[in-house]
Amino acid sequence: MAATPYNEMELPDGSPRDHYRRYATWLQAQAADRLARRRAEADSLFHRVGITFAVYGEDEGAERLIPFDIVPRIVAAEEWRRLEAGLRQRVQALNAFLSDVYHGQEILRAGRVPPELILCNAQYRPEMQGIDVPGRIYAHIAGIDVVRAGSGEFHVLEDNLRVPSGVSYMLENRKMMMRLFPELFARHSVAPVEHYPDVLLDNLRSVAPVGVSDPTVVLLTAGAQNSAYFEHAFLAQQMGIELVEGQDLFVRDDAVFMRTTQGPVRVDVIYRRIDDDFLDPLAFRPDSLLGVPGLLSAYRAGHVTVANAIGTGIADDKSIYPYVPDMIEFYLGERPLLANVETYVLRRPDDLAYVLAHLEELVVKEVHGAGGYGMLIGPTASGTQLEEFRARISANPAGYIAQPTLALSTCPTFVDAGIAPRHIDLRPYVLSGREITIVPGGLTRVALRDGSLVVNSSQGGGTKDTWVLES
Amino acid sequence: MLSRTADHLYWMSRFIERSEALARMLDAHYRHSLLPHAPEVVARDWRATLNSLGLLEAYQARHETFATASAFHFLAFDREHAGSIVSCLRAARENARAVRGTITSEMWETLNSTWLESRGYEGEGAEHDIGEFLEWVRYRAHLSRGVTLGTMLRDEAFRFTRIGTFLEGADATARMLRARARPGFVPLDEPAGPDAYTWTLLLRSLSAFEVYRKIYRDAVTPWRVTDLLVLRDDLPRSLGRCVSEVYLNLREVANEQSAETERRAGQLHSTFHFGRLELLLAPGFGAFLDGFLGQIAVLGDRIAQDFLVPPTPT
Repeated sequence: MAATPYNEMELPDGSPRDHYRRYATWLQAQAADRLARRRAEADSLFHRVGITFAVYGEDEGAERLIPFDIVPRIVAAEEWRRLEAGLRQRVQALNAFLSDVYHGQEILRAGRVPPELILCNAQYRPEMQGIDVPGRIYAHIAGIDVVRAGSGEFHVLEDNLRVPSGVSYMLENRKMMMRLFPELFARHSVAPVEHYPDVLLDNLRSVAPVGVSDPTVVLLTAGAQNSAYFEHAFLAQQMGIELVEGQDLFVRDDAVFMRTTQGPVRVDVIYRRIDDDFLDPLAFRPDSLLGVPGLLSAYRAGHVTVANAIGTGIADDKSIYPYVPDMIEFYLGERPLLANVETYVLRRPDDLAYVLAHLEELVVKEVHGAGGYGMLIGPTASGTQLEEFRARISANPAGYIAQPTLALSTCPTFVDAGIAPRHIDLRPYVLSGREITIVPGGLTRVALRDGSLVVNSSQGGGTKDTWVLES
Repeated sequence: MLSRTADHLYWMSRFIERSEALARMLDAHYRHSLLPHAPEVVARDWRATLNSLGLLEAYQARHETFATASAFHFLAFDREHAGSIVSCLRAARENARAVRGTITSEMWETLNSTWLESRGYEGEGAEHDIGEFLEWVRYRAHLSRGVTLGTMLRDEAFRFTRIGTFLEGADATARMLRARARPGFVPLDEPAGPDAYTWTLLLRSLSAFEVYRKIYRDAVTPWRVTDLLVLRDDLPRSLGRCVSEVYLNLREVANEQSAETERRAGQLHSTFHFGRLELLLAPGFGAFLDGFLGQIAVLGDRIAQDFLVPPTPT
């Protein structure tokens, strides 16, 4: 484990980095009780507005706030330019990969990715084989989790290509910061993020089925009990589109309609926020009440666009992740601009032996896991946990990958003890339509507990506003 | 607009209106309870109120006697059944949450804070807090109405909130009148003797006492109170006004299958608009109100059929 993590705000000598200088001066002049008041104000506003997430398995009314930290994470203009170019390249390659996997499978035939890793993967959807999707775009919305380690270089930790969430917090956090600290925005030229819903809508319209000139776009949610319901309602409202549940849609003659007070209305593009498995009970899980019977058939007929496409999970599976740099070289003929985190693939005997011998130094992840569940953090794990994982890995090596424990960069954070460094990551949102657009910034997640490396909201993480400076 | 959205909007407004109606009804009862009464009179009045709300059985399943404290708790704070004020506030909020993208953010925030604050009152119910709580509910209802009228686009969504509001309003006023009708009761055009105060209370609980004075400039008689609450087209909570609003808003959202519903609403509207009280009451005071409540219920069912949960076309 690296000695001192990269501090986003301060140089090793304690003086602020250039892009944090103005903020640091301002922060120093603030009385602690003013900051505390502002934070309390933010909490009460978030409650009133109902920016909450439901916690599974708890009583009604168990709608919680994701803790919001009032110290922004600031990214210098130059850093962002590098990051943005890398994200663009990566998402372009991932979409090319998806198109290839579901058509000619050249990358498999070239021997760059082991075929069994794809074809035997539960995330691979044979139903998608040979289907042409508009613009050959599969991952219309990608949330790429990026961390800074070592001396501050960016690494991609994870690609989220199914139903990435969190963008509403990017937008609401910015609104909150502008309300709490307007004076800061007068002193910094922070790149705006407010146009995200416009870009998203424009992209969704651009991938409508061929021949539809004025497409009807809807957002498909699992409903008000879903943990991300606030975000679904928020995005639908911001885009001015209908927020639908499965029961609001039906399929007739391979076309999708919604039930309205004025009769059936044709739907052209579905921005879905439910997983593949639940989309269509006739094709996937038959017990799903959330989906639309016949949707897959309408989709395959090219009469409706589903975003993200069905079957994108094959590109963000953790067992596929180690091959993304190969994809970039294979499809684009370019060197990857953003590095992966070094990854041990436990289906390889050498990697497995190494990992079992160094378990207490590594982070182990289930290849199909998500949300910080099913994960072992070696350095903080108990003896029992280590033994349990050792047994699980030995029983099914192909089900796991391992990575070194990264010293994630830290950012000053307002905690009970005052301002203190906490580990952070960043999830920028990459939108693919006519072109690739990345709204400058993203969602910065912060591990609020001292020393914790887990930023997931389900595991006690919070969020920060992310500022990309324009100069 | 999605049928499900219309359904949530319709029920959201019905529950807001219902919470207010309950508060008004309880307020009348509360004031009445401050007068000296024999226990059997108190019990009789509660029984009549609960019966007119259709909650008598649910109440008796939980409580043995018709004591003021338990009846208040049941109608105001009991979360365990859907008919209490706090349950209505919660249902209004849950319906709003399901369509928070359709209503304005000010509306959502108002309903959400109402619900958040209502949770602060739960578990309370000491008698001295009752008046304050009922006042608060009415105040929040004023706020909800104001924010709806003040911020919402006059589109289809607005029409469905209005339909919900006025159907519920018609229902509530009819039930409050119904609670006054013991068998054989005939509203006379002379002061009601020992019962006079209950008619004044009825007016007050519908914010109609000052209006009554302004219009009649005379003593409170059951006949005039009934005339005011049934036929006055310019009184916001009269049956006639509520029915007109339902009809007018229904016309704005008409679709291919709603002609019959519209016709019935229009017929009901003209009954009141061109009607005379002595004709309406010919079958008897209670029978007239029961008939009216039945027609309102049918109208509600038909609106659900035509707009809110239409069958899948094949």
